[in-house]
Amino acid sequence: MVVTDAWGGHGGVVHGGVGLPAVELAGSWNDAMIKFGNTAGAIAGFLAVLLLVFFAAGRATGRFARPLAVLIFLGPALLLVLVGLVVPLVRTIVLSFHNDDSTRFVGAANYNWAFGNDSIHQVLLTTLLWLLIVPVAATGLGLALALLVDRMRGQAIYKSLIFMPMAISLVGASIIWKFVYDWRDTSQSQIGLLSQLAIWLGWRHPPNWILSQPLNTFLLMVVMVWVQTGFAMVVLSAAIKAIPDEITEAARLDGAKGLRLFWYVTVPMIRTTLVVVLTTVLLITLKAFDIVRTMTGGNFGTQVLANEMYSQSFTQFNVGRGSALAVLLFMAVLPLVAYNIVQLRKERATR
Amino acid sequence: MRRSFSSPLASLFVVVMTALWTIPTLGLLATSLRPKQDVADTGWWTVFTNPHLGLSNYHAVLFEGGFGVSGGMMPYLVNSLAISIPATVFPLVLASMAAYALAWVRFRGSDTLFFVIFALQVVPLQMALIPLLQLFSHGFHLGAVTVIPPLGTGNSYAPVWLAHTMFAMPLATFLLHNFVSQLPQDLMEAAVVDGASHFRIFRSIVLPLCAPALASFAIFQFLWVWNDLLLALTFAGGTPDVAPMTVRLAQLSGSFGGHWELLTAGAFLTMIVPLIVFFALQRYFVRGLLAGSVKG
Repeated sequence: MVVTDAWGGHGGVVHGGVGLPAVELAGSWNDAMIKFGNTAGAIAGFLAVLLLVFFAAGRATGRFARPLAVLIFLGPALLLVLVGLVVPLVRTIVLSFHNDDSTRFVGAANYNWAFGNDSIHQVLLTTLLWLLIVPVAATGLGLALALLVDRMRGQAIYKSLIFMPMAISLVGASIIWKFVYDWRDTSQSQIGLLSQLAIWLGWRHPPNWILSQPLNTFLLMVVMVWVQTGFAMVVLSAAIKAIPDEITEAARLDGAKGLRLFWYVTVPMIRTTLVVVLTTVLLITLKAFDIVRTMTGGNFGTQVLANEMYSQSFTQFNVGRGSALAVLLFMAVLPLVAYNIVQLRKERATR
Repeated sequence: MRRSFSSPLASLFVVVMTALWTIPTLGLLATSLRPKQDVADTGWWTVFTNPHLGLSNYHAVLFEGGFGVSGGMMPYLVNSLAISIPATVFPLVLASMAAYALAWVRFRGSDTLFFVIFALQVVPLQMALIPLLQLFSHGFHLGAVTVIPPLGTGNSYAPVWLAHTMFAMPLATFLLHNFVSQLPQDLMEAAVVDGASHFRIFRSIVLPLCAPALASFAIFQFLWVWNDLLLALTFAGGTPDVAPMTVRLAQLSGSFGGHWELLTAGAFLTMIVPLIVFFALQRYFVRGLLAGSVKG
């Protein structure tokens, strides 16, 4: 039966002990085959069910044809969104007004705890800094690069290389930068690139970067900016190329040059794209979780809201507090949601 | 020939920035190729004067593990693939169906539905994690009736697939809707006049014509899932049975054992697949990004 298969559980065993590499390899090879078999089975099962439904429903005619089509096309997506997002969202709000094992209604106690707690204050402040600084820095840098690269030869290569970090995981990016910053541990005698540069520049004893508050938080932000600048650059570069030549020419004939041209012609022409880029960068910045977790584990004053929420909910099992923190994070992006919806309504009205 | 900002100075700035953006990654690659002792003693920039390079770290991290782990990274690599492929296929298929229905099937409330889905795009995952984890581990019961059976977490891929599919739905539906709704109206109407059912239209017109959009989204979603840490951490646990490479790497990164040469090799291993995908399919990826944001 396909459906039981589709749960993707597998009977592989974890290999303990030290075997010969060849034996280990064979073991992991078998394991891999079982896992891939299950995965392929799940996909095949899913597509088979879909084809069956299509085949059966496609024969329906008359009064029921349209409602049936709506149900089949939209049903699965709606069910997923309902079970996975809408219901949990409401439930998280409800849980945030209950105690930590969700047995008693406690009113705003969890929120009082969050707002009355110094370490949470620090976390909220750090989170706001992330959400303010990273989007502005990445978009600004991306815009500068997009403008400068606009008429260069071989620009595809520069864009590609600066865009590349977007493809790798934030965990990987964090490890790359751990090496630049040299998160020193005592067993290492070698130092990272940043300290080495500092020494070459004549700074005799560079600090231990990871322990330097509040500098360390900004060093973590650099990783996020490094990841996202290329995205801003590529998208804004396309927007600049889309500006009709006549407009720039006309402005030039009127004597606009350099910064004035940029401010009065380029910026208005790419305003929509700028907003989209800022919004997208802001949303990706919410994934700061990965960077903070990998680089500092939230220690040394670098903790952000997403990590605090995770640790409250899944390490300390304080469900009430964790939910309250999740709601606060939601509040931080709520203005963005509202703005987006207003924009979309405008767009649809003009269509 | 008009030149807006181009000058030797501007070009120099771009070249310097590109170098700055590339050096950290090259440093990681160089470190991962150096023997343990070298890594502990000197910085990676000495490879130019003292080139001792080899793949031994990769062998160690893949098959021997280091860090007191047997079996190495190999099972995690398999898990990453086994998680990412279905978690790309499921939302792609379901969201393209939903996008078609919202764009071309007339029914009451379709506008409202579209707005709800659109608004849900920006909800932080954290808002849904706790209830979803509870649902997956306990199931959902109405009295004595089990409506949704418990899936368990940490011993199968199902919860991770499901979570990724659920969270991808709003964005995928929205992006694909942008494409599907721009298909020529007369083509669609002609198909209806010819008596084609919605299923027929979807299969023979929509899917083939939207292939580029589907490809863009597939690349985006694959990279997203492959690189994800939060959902994997929450729904896959940390065992070699289910956990993907990102989870393993985050674990290793936290354990300072002076095994930096292995950590770098592990980190680079997790990047190989996304980098290949990125450089091979960059054009589609960028096209997908631009379709959502630049009005041409």
